[in-house]
Amino acid sequence: MYQTTYHRASSVDEAAALFAKGSEAKFLAGGQTLLPVMKQRLASPSDVIDLGKIKELIGIEVSGDTLTVKAATPHYDVATSDAVKKAIPALAYLASLIGDPAVRYRGTIGGSIANNDPAADYPAALLALGATVKTNKRSIAAEDFFKGLFTTALEDGEIITSVSFPVPQKAGYAKMPHPASRFALTAVFVAQTKSGEIRVAATGASQSGVMRVPAIEAALKTSWSPSAIDGVTISASNLLSDIHGTSEYRANLIKVMAQRAVAAAG
Amino acid sequence: MSTVKLTVNGKAVAVDVEDRTLLVQLLRDHLNLTGTHVGCDTSQCGACVVHMDGKAVKSCTMLAGQADGANVTTIEGIARGDELHPMQAAFRDNHGLQCGYCTPGMIMSAIDIVHRHGGELDEATVRQELEGNICRCTGYHNIVKAVLDAAGRMKVSQAAE
Repeated sequence: MYQTTYHRASSVDEAAALFAKGSEAKFLAGGQTLLPVMKQRLASPSDVIDLGKIKELIGIEVSGDTLTVKAATPHYDVATSDAVKKAIPALAYLASLIGDPAVRYRGTIGGSIANNDPAADYPAALLALGATVKTNKRSIAAEDFFKGLFTTALEDGEIITSVSFPVPQKAGYAKMPHPASRFALTAVFVAQTKSGEIRVAATGASQSGVMRVPAIEAALKTSWSPSAIDGVTISASNLLSDIHGTSEYRANLIKVMAQRAVAAAG
Repeated sequence: MSTVKLTVNGKAVAVDVEDRTLLVQLLRDHLNLTGTHVGCDTSQCGACVVHMDGKAVKSCTMLAGQADGANVTTIEGIARGDELHPMQAAFRDNHGLQCGYCTPGMIMSAIDIVHRHGGELDEATVRQELEGNICRCTGYHNIVKAVLDAAGRMKVSQAAE
């Protein structure tokens, strides 16, 4: 790792001020992606600003039909939270599948979505549930937040403070994990909102990161059942292809995972 | 350089380190606690697992500065004098190791698993939960046996306290 200067911020405002002072600063939340990347010398920030101990960024709240997960809340907390299990059990389940137990103690929802790895779990939940990302400057709809591989709508120095999820009628998540990394080879989140809208998002599949799957949404609108997806054809064009799976394999996985997710949602 | 103050195995320490220092480097290179190992150095193998404020974390994937103010326990800190921790004893009795390189991390993760699941542990859960700890010798079979054995012993010793 190259030299860097570590700062522990005690508030969002202090973190923003420290960022502005650094020449090439980066925010650190759980560090489960940034630190490995720095160790490989693929990133060399002048300053690392730790958001992990900022109290206003940690916690889970339910208010009416909205579940809010603050940005520096670790995956372990989401996976084991009674409030999350009650409001959106599929979200608690998703968090329980990220990485391994040690990673789940440290990694955070804000860090995950800010990084926007094309095979990360959380982006699928945000997109399918129609979540809103709140930052220290504005609110951004999930639709407008994810902009492709490792790219988001965040501006330089902007800090995610929380993610708000509308509590759905029902939702389910199914993932084919890569056997070593536990990232999604392909995973699908399905949701039926309280107003009856059906939203389906796939991660790990597309060359441009997390995406909606309109063909499956249309099929589920006709009938909310795994068999409704039987006749859907998913195009393999623009899907990822690597040594772990071809784009055709991933196209099929989108269908299979969507069926399992619907079955799980009930 | 920064001074990192933390409690390691019950002892308060203050260490001057470069800001880029990892927690595992602070433990091994500055405090000479070499029981915590570096295996893959890419956050995957779990040889470096220690407990920070009671939670099993990968000490190669934390800056030392992030542990400032924390209570850290390493493999050196779990026995009571000459009496091995029940997890250590179970690994010995069940031959849960061959070369032993992964063992400190395995034991620290396994204690965390038992703390989280208590008496409800079964083989499938142990295998699932050891996801982040890699062993290249044993095929995991005796490690899983050791964790299940220790889960019973830890329950008994907790009940006795």
